[in-house]
Amino acid sequence: MKKTIRRGYLVNTAVLVAVYILCVVLANVFSEVSNFKLILTPSIWQCCYLIILAASLNLVLGFMGQLSLGHCGFMAIGAYTAALISLAFQRAGVYDEKSGIVFVLILFLCVICAGVLAAMFGVLVGIPALRLKGDYLAIITLGFGLIIVNVINNLPFAGQNGLAEGVASSSLYQNGLGFGTTAKVTYLWVALAVTIICVALMFMFIRSKYGRAVRAIRDDEIAASAAGINTGYYKVLTFAFSAFFAGIAGALYACSNSTLSTASFSFTNGSILNSTFVVVMVVLGGMGSLTGSIVSAVIMFVLNYQIANGSWVSSLPGFIQGVFTYPMLVYAIVLVIIIMFRPKGIFGTYEFSLLRTPGEFVRWIKGLGGKKKAKPEGKEAAAQ
Amino acid sequence: MSEVKREDTPVLETRGLGISFGGLKAVQDFNIKLYKGELAGLIGPNGAGKTTVFNLLTGVYVPTEGSVLLNGEVLNGKKTHQFVAAGIARTFQNIRLFKQMSVIDNVKAAFAKDIKYRMGAALFRTPAYWKAEAAMEERALELLDIFNLKEFANQSASSLPYGAQRKLEIARALATDMKVLLLDEPAAGMNPTETAELVECISIVRERFGIAILLIEHDMSLVMKLCERITVLDYGQTIAEGGPEEIANNPRVITAYLGENDDGEDGENLA
Repeated sequence: MKKTIRRGYLVNTAVLVAVYILCVVLANVFSEVSNFKLILTPSIWQCCYLIILAASLNLVLGFMGQLSLGHCGFMAIGAYTAALISLAFQRAGVYDEKSGIVFVLILFLCVICAGVLAAMFGVLVGIPALRLKGDYLAIITLGFGLIIVNVINNLPFAGQNGLAEGVASSSLYQNGLGFGTTAKVTYLWVALAVTIICVALMFMFIRSKYGRAVRAIRDDEIAASAAGINTGYYKVLTFAFSAFFAGIAGALYACSNSTLSTASFSFTNGSILNSTFVVVMVVLGGMGSLTGSIVSAVIMFVLNYQIANGSWVSSLPGFIQGVFTYPMLVYAIVLVIIIMFRPKGIFGTYEFSLLRTPGEFVRWIKGLGGKKKAKPEGKEAAAQ
Repeated sequence: MSEVKREDTPVLETRGLGISFGGLKAVQDFNIKLYKGELAGLIGPNGAGKTTVFNLLTGVYVPTEGSVLLNGEVLNGKKTHQFVAAGIARTFQNIRLFKQMSVIDNVKAAFAKDIKYRMGAALFRTPAYWKAEAAMEERALELLDIFNLKEFANQSASSLPYGAQRKLEIARALATDMKVLLLDEPAAGMNPTETAELVECISIVRERFGIAILLIEHDMSLVMKLCERITVLDYGQTIAEGGPEEIANNPRVITAYLGENDDGEDGENLA
């Protein structure tokens, strides 16, 4: 029993490291190819923070069963924290160029600070909010998401139109963490590393006493407290833990964009950073499956990207193109389709595993007589 | 068996415990003393307030009067999980398991307060984590073994048959390492075979863990067979207390269960 566990850890770590090294090597090899530089690299950056975002919301929504609609609020906190800290360092003259060991250290410092501040807000919001359940919690977290955007808007040093004295949104791009095309390629390894570490930490959390307590709370809160679980403590802890990673996702977002403005985190915005969009990602992937969240984050990113940029869109009839100008409509349709045909999401509560899944998959294929379904794509995603 | 050694302080004691919801006095002046190794029963007609007493004893409801004492320590004002930490565990009338979790995880979840490792140990898988998890695995399997649930350890809890779910709930309660176990209608909905198994289980638990058990039950044959002392509730008030035979022949208890015999009709029909 114990041997298989140890083998599982070894195999998973080895595969993760191998895939990571492969990705970084490939990134260096193709760094001058224009398609890679202009399309694939920004896409990978986006996928990275979407994966962290979806997985972190899954902790609250899928594993703890509490509906939170303000997750992007934490992301906004993380994004602005990282951007402001990096700007402060730049103005203090700690770095000029976005290169060298000092900058990398500052980059990681920004990412961690973003997470910590978001987690602190997670505690502040969680203590009062998590006394409520269901719809009421959804409303209060929704309110938090709106409030935080307005608060940031009115900060003297971080205005609505972007950072830096409330005027030029481009100064973040020039001075702080906002990466241009070249820097994005250079620091792709950071994004990949942060994503792998974050998802791994979330897995460790779920597979410990904390994860058990959290799932117990989801299944039956009264029984959980009767089993000696301090439900209030674990709820706030998980909420803050989840906010921590949302903050880190925000920091990656701040890096991957040339501008940073609160508009992208607001609810009226049909963008990919709407809190409801994250909920759709979690539900699509399967509530209670981290690997499911990873897969669905990638799927939803591709969908979002194709709707906005795909060349095939122009060949569609005008009516559908009209629908595509409102991406939220498409996400709503996706959500309805999931609920109708696969209410548990793609993975349900199933977790992809490098050791188990290939065998299970083969057995499943044999049992079904060759009918194929979209399962193997989890392989790449889990490795990410 | 009937002569339990009496210690000075009872494990569980209530003094004038009561609660009212608005004008309704659901439970009034409830006094009980439960000693180590004792098995007491709490019976009464439907709506008499038995489950309310359990909710008072586990901190789900805050009593409006009186107090709950565990080993002489007053527990008033504490929360449910603190009651459990102090040593009072319970099962529920309608089974409340963690349905989507595996059988063994159901038990492990109840060890939460005993596991000392912290967040850092969990996230980075330090030796402390492995040690605690391994020890817990062993204890959980031991517990499941007592209830013949070991073979189902990795199944999901909802896939267990009804009787096994009841047993798992008791196993989970035992995992909290309690001094007093409150069983709320453990035999409800069971067939005679399952009930017989349950009786055996309860006896084993008493022998192995040496705890005090308070039992709510409608199955009178089970109560009379198992309990040394029975408290009868009606309309929130204690109407009788004593040994099984005493209770069975108590006119007030018979009245509570079968109704008044004023005009001679009701009593005859029911008898």
